[in-house]
Amino acid sequence: MDFLVAHFSQAVFLFLAFFSLGGAVGVVVLRQPVHAALSLLASFLGVAGLFVLARGEFLAAVQVLVYAGGVMVLFLFVIMFVNVRAVGKEAQYLRPLVPLAVVGGLLFSALALTAMWALGRRPPADAFPLVSVAGQEVGNTEAVGWILYREYLLPFEVVSVLLLVAMVGAIVLGRKPKEMEKA
Amino acid sequence: MIPLSWYLVVSVLMLACGLVGLLVRRNFITVLMSVELILNAANLNFVAFARQLGDLTGQVFPVFVITIAAAEAAIGLGIIVQLSRLKTTVALDAVNEMRG
Amino acid sequence: MNAQVSVLLPELLLAGMGIFILLVGVLGRGSQRLAFFLANFGVLASMVAVVGVGERGTETFFAGMLQLDRFALFFRLLFLASALLVVWLSRPFLQRAQQTAWEYYALILFATLGMCFLASGVHLAGLYVSLELMALSSYILAGYFRGEVKSHEAATKYFVLGALSSGILIYGLSLMYGATGSLSLAEVSQKLAAGPRSVAATAGMFLLLAGMLFKVAAVPFHVWTPDVYEGAPTPMTAFFSVGPKAAAFAMLVRVLWVGLAPAAADWRLLVSWVAAATMVWGNVAALTQDNVKRMLAYSSIAHAGYTLLGVLAGGPLGTQSVLFYMLVYAVTNLGAFGLVVLLAAKEYAGEKVADFRGLAHRQPVAAFAMLLFLLSLGGIPPTAGFMGKLYLFAAAVHAGYAWLAVVGVIMSAVSLYYYFRIVKEMYLASAGEGEGVAVLSEAWGVRALVVCALATLLFGVYPTSALAFLAPAAKIVPW
Repeated sequence: MDFLVAHFSQAVFLFLAFFSLGGAVGVVVLRQPVHAALSLLASFLGVAGLFVLARGEFLAAVQVLVYAGGVMVLFLFVIMFVNVRAVGKEAQYLRPLVPLAVVGGLLFSALALTAMWALGRRPPADAFPLVSVAGQEVGNTEAVGWILYREYLLPFEVVSVLLLVAMVGAIVLGRKPKEMEKA
Repeated sequence: MIPLSWYLVVSVLMLACGLVGLLVRRNFITVLMSVELILNAANLNFVAFARQLGDLTGQVFPVFVITIAAAEAAIGLGIIVQLSRLKTTVALDAVNEMRG
Repeated sequence: MNAQVSVLLPELLLAGMGIFILLVGVLGRGSQRLAFFLANFGVLASMVAVVGVGERGTETFFAGMLQLDRFALFFRLLFLASALLVVWLSRPFLQRAQQTAWEYYALILFATLGMCFLASGVHLAGLYVSLELMALSSYILAGYFRGEVKSHEAATKYFVLGALSSGILIYGLSLMYGATGSLSLAEVSQKLAAGPRSVAATAGMFLLLAGMLFKVAAVPFHVWTPDVYEGAPTPMTAFFSVGPKAAAFAMLVRVLWVGLAPAAADWRLLVSWVAAATMVWGNVAALTQDNVKRMLAYSSIAHAGYTLLGVLAGGPLGTQSVLFYMLVYAVTNLGAFGLVVLLAAKEYAGEKVADFRGLAHRQPVAAFAMLLFLLSLGGIPPTAGFMGKLYLFAAAVHAGYAWLAVVGVIMSAVSLYYYFRIVKEMYLASAGEGEGVAVLSEAWGVRALVVCALATLLFGVYPTSALAFLAPAAKIVPW
């Protein structure tokens, strides 16, 4: 147990890495688009965890909100809308994954129990150290915001136009063919 | 501590998955998903280097990458919807009438 | 901050007009003519603003994101002028296709906005974001006109390969960031010069280069171009071949010579091979094309190859030749594609070489214009194309790449074969065979062609003032 606690961050990293890469491989390998989409979702969540491990907490939140929450929902909507089941039927494909899921769940529980046990023994001293920005100690989000709105103001504004373009594009492309206007 | 190289290995493997998926899969939606994998791999790089260098730029830029990826996904899915109205399948092979 | 914002006036005008056009379109009150007028007004106002804001030397704005030197001034004027001509050329197409024009014009404006930021960007973050703005607008424009399967196929291919190249570019960026700790071109250059290069830096550099060569459509990253150019609606093909391509070159020149200059010995080798392959394959593949748009697509690949010679050469002469060629190529290509747009009958006419049959007898002026553009593409005096190629090849020889200049000259000669196939159809085939189509004389389209034709002649006969204007633009670094 002590070994696990001493190398806890590495253990968590390995778990998250396998989770992300497993999801990535799943996207390439799984036949049904819905399964691939869920696999991608798993990958995104794994990557978000890796971001947290690398002290990028704000980015992890953005990853979950935008990627997992926004993009994946969009993917699933379109997959359902287009009804891509016509591509191929492989209903029994997920069966072999069940033992893998069980093992994954056990690993996760082991890590979570270790964390709780270690926390019970010794409270965290400095779990998320503050970053120093412009002479002040601030949290990750504030630090990112500080840099984003000062050094990266111009790309920020350009991206806002880009998002407008994406909205217009989605509408233009998704329009029904009959909606045309004459001069 | 987690060595930098671990992050880089994960990101390279994810990049490989994305590239393979993009080149091999015939379903447009899965191709789109592979592109997202590539972008995720790059983001992982950025964050890992940010931690290594102690520079927050590597945490700010991925915000842009994620935003642009979301916009790209929206447009890609719009194209898929368009395609699905014309044809009954979104297999990429069917979209290859023009001679190479 | 206020002084900095005023520097953005041209771009603000473009963005503002784009948004305004969208709003007016949504309100449903305006006519297509109003949309056309607004688009024109926006572009022209922006051009005036570019000249008004002027040059600010090597001063950087917005935390090192923008540099408003003559390089940026020239390219922004070029992009705006191209956008204007494309808007004019789109008119007949929009009327025939009976498609709503509001989003179309807005997207062109937004794409041009991205290109303008690409021209003045000196920070990889700003460059990437602007590149994506331009690219995303282009994907939508490629798939804008419904009803033609080829158009959707073009949009799909453009999108997939564009997304792939963006992914590679971003991955390369991430490695460069890791190796140098910065995304600013100036700092990257400093870090690269200061010591041995790590594996990450080299890998990042080559991935970044690969991503950019994709956008420029150099061999072997050109696969998307023929299909996209053939399938997209012709005014859009004209736009893609001129606007985003020139913008990609602007980015390429800046990144290579401002950012990656210390590693020049390495990437120059790769780029020289790419240039040779591009010139050869672009021309050879065009020889067997029957579809004019596809032929012109391969031709534009070849022209990217010639331009790479200037990029490779670098220095004041090389960079000046690149800028001049972008100008020359823009007017010529817009003219050639513009004529294809105006070849009427059905939506996608003007595609086969046979459609040009006997044009000289039916409409001699149009045929003459096409002849002019084809001569310029082939590099025959006294057209602008000849002058442009002359300067490119001279710069290449001057920088020690004489072998590439020889390849260029030979391939230019080869290109004459397929350009003259069209000339032959126009002038030598007898008019009675009746397969050819007539050229529409839509007012604005004709005006666009006239502008292009005059420019093609002007820069061929009198390039001096343009070259003099471009000489300071070539000083993006103190050579």
